[in-house]
Amino acid sequence: MTAIVDIRDLTKTYGSGHQALKGVSLQIAQGEILALLGPNGAGKTTMISVICGITNPTSGTVTVAGHDIIRDFRAARATIGLVPQEVALEPFANVADTVAYTRGLFGKAPAPDRIEAILRNLSLWDKRNAQVNELSGGMKRRVLIAKALSHEPRVLFLDEPTAGVDVELRKDMWRIVGELREGGVTIILTTHYIEEAEAIADRVGVINHGQLLLVEDKATLMARMGRKEMLIELQEPVSALPEALSGYSLERNGAGDVLTYAYDSQAARTGITRLLSDLNAAGLNVRDVQTRQSSLEEIFVGLVKEDA
Amino acid sequence: MNWQAIRAIYTSEMGRTVRTPLQSLVSPVISTSLYFVVFGSAIGNRIQQVEGIEYGAFIVPGLIMLTIMMQSVSNASFGIYFPKFIGTFYELLSAPITYLEIVIGFVGAAATKSLVIGLIILATAAFFVELRIAHPVLMLSFLVLTCVTFALLGFIIGIVARNFEQLQLVPLLVVTPLVFLGGSFYSVAMLPPFWQTVTHFNPVLYLISGFRWSFYEVSDVGVGVSLAAIALFLFACLAVTWWLFRTGYRIKS
Repeated sequence: MTAIVDIRDLTKTYGSGHQALKGVSLQIAQGEILALLGPNGAGKTTMISVICGITNPTSGTVTVAGHDIIRDFRAARATIGLVPQEVALEPFANVADTVAYTRGLFGKAPAPDRIEAILRNLSLWDKRNAQVNELSGGMKRRVLIAKALSHEPRVLFLDEPTAGVDVELRKDMWRIVGELREGGVTIILTTHYIEEAEAIADRVGVINHGQLLLVEDKATLMARMGRKEMLIELQEPVSALPEALSGYSLERNGAGDVLTYAYDSQAARTGITRLLSDLNAAGLNVRDVQTRQSSLEEIFVGLVKEDA
Repeated sequence: MNWQAIRAIYTSEMGRTVRTPLQSLVSPVISTSLYFVVFGSAIGNRIQQVEGIEYGAFIVPGLIMLTIMMQSVSNASFGIYFPKFIGTFYELLSAPITYLEIVIGFVGAAATKSLVIGLIILATAAFFVELRIAHPVLMLSFLVLTCVTFALLGFIIGIVARNFEQLQLVPLLVVTPLVFLGGSFYSVAMLPPFWQTVTHFNPVLYLISGFRWSFYEVSDVGVGVSLAAIALFLFACLAVTWWLFRTGYRIKS
């Protein structure tokens, strides 16, 4: 894997003594979408702040596109775009000017065509001459995204970009993220919306108490850690499980007409065939069978609980 | 050098002035005109001449200095404090720019605004009194150096301030008294001996005195001393600014 972002043993201890990052190491491949999940105060924003130059690291190294963020900060930062968590914008500037301002800060010559394309793509073109303080919350979020894209970054950090926004913007956001990925942009996303990570990420990282608990391909993670369950609906309810089925991890619901069988979908033998056969032998007739996989949210909650 | 970034900061800051012409340009001109009315006409009727110069004309350099010092401090401190207050400071920290470029952008814009105001006041003064500028190049040099130095001071205040009250504290409690007591409206020679000695500890005296010399070739201290004083003040502000950025004090955790 060619890492466009390479984080090694990154630590951050604030003046108060609070250790926000405890030796985080992470490699992010070019063109991938990585979702960082973690509860409030887990260290997600601190990690992004360090990489972007907003906060000083205490120890460890970070390179972006091969450039060290301290020694070669100009080259490193020039490749990075950041959409911050807070909606922070100059209230009296107009939309087009504030986007052009960010482009200038990143050392790029004025490019009205480029700014126009970004504003059109984010449905902001009609608002280009409006003052930022006249915009709705959702529109302001779009302006933040436009600013982050104004200098054509190769790595884009989205720090909870869809927190508190409407469904339309969230879907727009996912569309834009998809388009950027197609253009080769690497995206690191922090989010509280697990379905967001589930929908758009290639890999998922879980961070808690300043430590990276895991980073794994999303599909692999769900397959490896996802508990799969089979719901067996019986034709007649049972008051107790027959002795012949005591070897299975079966749970009976309150009414006694549904049995839940938990199994490892990755195991060589799931035991499903034998269970169905034993059910039949025990005289229990099956009306219906359903399977369901635990969501990323359940996996996340499980991991964070273990770490608590 | 990231010239595009400097340009972006500079034009953005200048843009704020253009958006608020009443506050940025008209207000200081009105204030100065009022000073002329009060000091030039009312008091000037009782003080005919100071060191051989008509009182109304004598106070022009002091008035310009008073305004540009206040404006430089206020523009620069607000310019850098405002992004901190509204949370857009992250943009500066995450952009590929050096601290020097940030300083050039913000201080350059604040100094330019003050310089323009200074020149407008000079033009306004010409309507009230007969002006004579003996050393125009030196006058302009003093003007530029003072604008830059006090803009740097304002920049430092803007970085260090935690709230709007602190932002106003130094300009109101330190700069204003120093400027008023630094010979803006009088010659130090008019004071009793004790207060003459006290006034010589006021750094602003040297700036106003040198600036006035470039107009009328009269001064409270030698012009060389004035130039040395402003150079020293500029160096001190640069040193503090450098320290702030080097340590990240109130900038970066």
